[in-house]
Amino acid sequence: MALDNRKINQLLQSFRANPYRIFVVVTPHTGYLREFLVKEGDEVKGPSGKWLEKPGTPLFILEREKNPKTIRAKASGTISKVNRELEGRFVEAFEPVLEIKHTLTQKEIVAELLRKTLHIVTAPEKARYFLSPELAKKIEKEGEGRVVVKPGDELAIMSFMKRETPVLHEGPPMVVFRVFFSQGQMVDQGEPLFGLCLEEERPYVEKLIARVKEEWPA
Amino acid sequence: MRELQRYLHELIDRVVYLQDIKGENWEGSAYLLEDLKRLKENFFQISEKDCHHLLESYEARLKILEDRAAKELTPYEIVKITRNTQRFTLLDILENVYDSYTELGGEGDINVDPAVVCARAMISRRVGDKVYLHQVIVIGHEKGHGEEFRNGGSAKPWGNEKALRYMRVAETEGIPIHFYIFTPGAYPIEDYPGAAQQIARNLYFMSKLRVPTVAFISEGGSGGAEAIGLADIRLMASRGYYSVISPEGAAAIEGKIKEGERPPRELVEFCARQLKITAEDNLRLGTIDRIVPEPPLGARRNDYQFFKRLRYEMIRATDEVVLRTKSLKAFRSYALRRKKEEENPPDEFDIYVRWDLSEVEIEKLLDLRSRKYRQMSRHVLGITKCSFRGYMEKTQDVGLRLYHDFRYGVLKQGQKMIQRVMEDLSGEGVAFLKQLTEPLKTAYDLLGTRPRRPKARVVTMEEALVDLPELYVSPLALEDRTVTCPNAETHGCPDIWVPDLYGEFCGVCPNCGYHFPLEYQWYLSNIFDAKSIKEFNEDIASGNPLGFEGYDKKLALAKKKTGRKSAIITFQARIGGISLIVAMLIADFRQGTVGVAEGEKFIQACDRARITKRPFLAFIHTTGGIRIHEGTLGVIQMPRCTMAVREYIDAGGLYLVVYDNNSYAGPVASFLGCSPYQFAIRSTRIGFAGPRVIRETTGEDVPPDYHSAENALRRGHIQGIWDRRELRKKLYEALLTMGGQNLYYK
Repeated sequence: MALDNRKINQLLQSFRANPYRIFVVVTPHTGYLREFLVKEGDEVKGPSGKWLEKPGTPLFILEREKNPKTIRAKASGTISKVNRELEGRFVEAFEPVLEIKHTLTQKEIVAELLRKTLHIVTAPEKARYFLSPELAKKIEKEGEGRVVVKPGDELAIMSFMKRETPVLHEGPPMVVFRVFFSQGQMVDQGEPLFGLCLEEERPYVEKLIARVKEEWPA
Repeated sequence: MRELQRYLHELIDRVVYLQDIKGENWEGSAYLLEDLKRLKENFFQISEKDCHHLLESYEARLKILEDRAAKELTPYEIVKITRNTQRFTLLDILENVYDSYTELGGEGDINVDPAVVCARAMISRRVGDKVYLHQVIVIGHEKGHGEEFRNGGSAKPWGNEKALRYMRVAETEGIPIHFYIFTPGAYPIEDYPGAAQQIARNLYFMSKLRVPTVAFISEGGSGGAEAIGLADIRLMASRGYYSVISPEGAAAIEGKIKEGERPPRELVEFCARQLKITAEDNLRLGTIDRIVPEPPLGARRNDYQFFKRLRYEMIRATDEVVLRTKSLKAFRSYALRRKKEEENPPDEFDIYVRWDLSEVEIEKLLDLRSRKYRQMSRHVLGITKCSFRGYMEKTQDVGLRLYHDFRYGVLKQGQKMIQRVMEDLSGEGVAFLKQLTEPLKTAYDLLGTRPRRPKARVVTMEEALVDLPELYVSPLALEDRTVTCPNAETHGCPDIWVPDLYGEFCGVCPNCGYHFPLEYQWYLSNIFDAKSIKEFNEDIASGNPLGFEGYDKKLALAKKKTGRKSAIITFQARIGGISLIVAMLIADFRQGTVGVAEGEKFIQACDRARITKRPFLAFIHTTGGIRIHEGTLGVIQMPRCTMAVREYIDAGGLYLVVYDNNSYAGPVASFLGCSPYQFAIRSTRIGFAGPRVIRETTGEDVPPDYHSAENALRRGHIQGIWDRRELRKKLYEALLTMGGQNLYYK
């Protein structure tokens, strides 16, 4: 679907109406739900630290075979709903226990919108990626979001064990809106490399991002 | 006027120095500093004569303060003196003590590790009208006077590796080494060659370094100090400190202070007092040989009288080391001893001693070094030389040695020699006959008969390992419940029923292979042949040699809880019929920390293995490092035990180290880390310092798996990872395939 002002308004409206993501916390297995460690309205934190080594806030204790297990938050946010009636009862696996209302940040909204509006080129293999020299030169000269690539143009060079394979552009001529990797970075398979869009859509995408930045605090 | 200005600046420096040590508001020093600063501001408005008078009166006031401060110095204030940026450093020593020097392996910040300085230096002595020049290698820590790149003298692993490299150079060239220790501790990172492993390698090498060595300690921070501290004579600055841990570190442990919080000053003072870190304390404990006197408030970088003293002491100590190895030395030794207590160092020496040694003298040097370290700290155990029991034990040892030398030495060697000759003869015979029979055999084969190949026969027959008749089951298995594997989230491990986990699964998660901790009794029962364990030296007991307040109670509790007298169990046992000596550090007793008793038991076990030609296994159920309550008496176990290990390995034994659970700090950085065969049971953690210490020292966070066995293997610190269920088999294979030629079964 082509991007236009109406579409932009629709997208923004959807985020304005609901700038949250609801994470439903379910029981990982059967057991007795012994105790809730949080109440509605509590702020909880997901795993943190450079390696996510610090566990999230404890939510409730689920006991099976005399093995009490503390279930922790996987995302940050506010506890919006707690199924109090489950406390002290036997619960089945995957039973919804509580909900965490996570307020989307500006960065998350932009990422979400880009995912919806751009054509994403993903890494075909886990390898080291280099921007093709011509493209790098053009981007340096004209700036990101200005360079048009035609079908068959070389986007990047995938380098692995001294084997170099070009990543070519397929489809209609498009603008390179975002480059998601730095020169020589090791990128896992399936991770995004480029975000492309049609030339006529570019102003709209820029406008969309500007409006998100305007409306949502960083 | 310029002279007076210099005089004023010097006084300001002295007041600031005093305040650094005693605190900013000590005895009105702040007023004195204020007066001096005021004078500095109005310096050119006062006449020269008045200014001179004023400065003299200020100096008199300062002198009174300094004298009072020197009389009331506490151990923690001595620590502050040692850490002060105005204190002399190694480069000051190289400038003022040695006649000339060339820095090796670096220059300033262009360096492998600027915290370690190695230099080729010349030191001269005057005897009568002659001046003699001696060449030495100087290795030490450089704290710098506030330069950040020096890292406060905290040597990185590659800095210690550089030190080792130049020790080898000194050995090749046969010149003495002067070590200067100015470190708060080693930089606790695991990157190759690894903090702990490199210190262990240094200690291992220094224990048999074939040149005279003298160490001078100004700031001796635990393992970092030991990395270049195993010397024939250890001198210490009178205002230096030598400790198992920094007073702040000890206070954080004792006061259970949370990460990021500062321990209270009183607790730090208390720990500094209890740890017995001063030069006098260390001399009394026997961990150093002599004290080099400094000015009452410590020597600073412009104390030339101190450098003169140090130069004299270093030459005299090197002479002493060399003379001990000589057969003709009586008068020269007397001359040296006579000079011992002199207040002011003389400008001239009475004697000249050449510092190179012959092969016989080197052997004596090594023997004396070994004896020196073996004797250190033993006095606290109450092992007296003249007791009847001592004589009996000695007789027993001699008997044991004679028996094993005869049985596995004379007889076995003779047998081996005959076997070797027979093999050579048979080989020669076969080769000769083959020349004659080959044409006939070829003709025979050509006639159509199929070539005959005899069935291959194994030359060495290996005994198959018999399974243990009955498996010991951990008491942990007696609970009817399930547990969750720590890897459940990442590996999807299902909950495990405890009787299964600690019974059939031997504490190993059947899905991901995570090893749950097990008690040391499990290993005693499931590794060694049934009823083969014979414990020895169980009466050597851990004590409180420093009289650390409150420690007696903790120790008594540990003894009561475990029913043992120390954190190490030494015993003789068998695996698949092969007899071996084992030293096992156990977690239950003070987290397997090593003190004098543990060190002594380890050394005696090592010696027993050497005498009886048995393989020696160090099984580390857990070790938390050196026991801080025993201070430097604990630290000294690092070189002591490494010395014993080196002698055992050199004698042709097999020294195996197996880590389990957690192994950190001193032991890993000495007698464990120096083993050529180190293995870890899966899920163990091995390292030099824990994550908290790393974070506090380096200011950087460490990943959660930083100390894992896998990473230790990746960095080359260990040689393999073993599964607990296969430990008996793996050990048996190791006993058969590894080690030197002096094992009784080889």
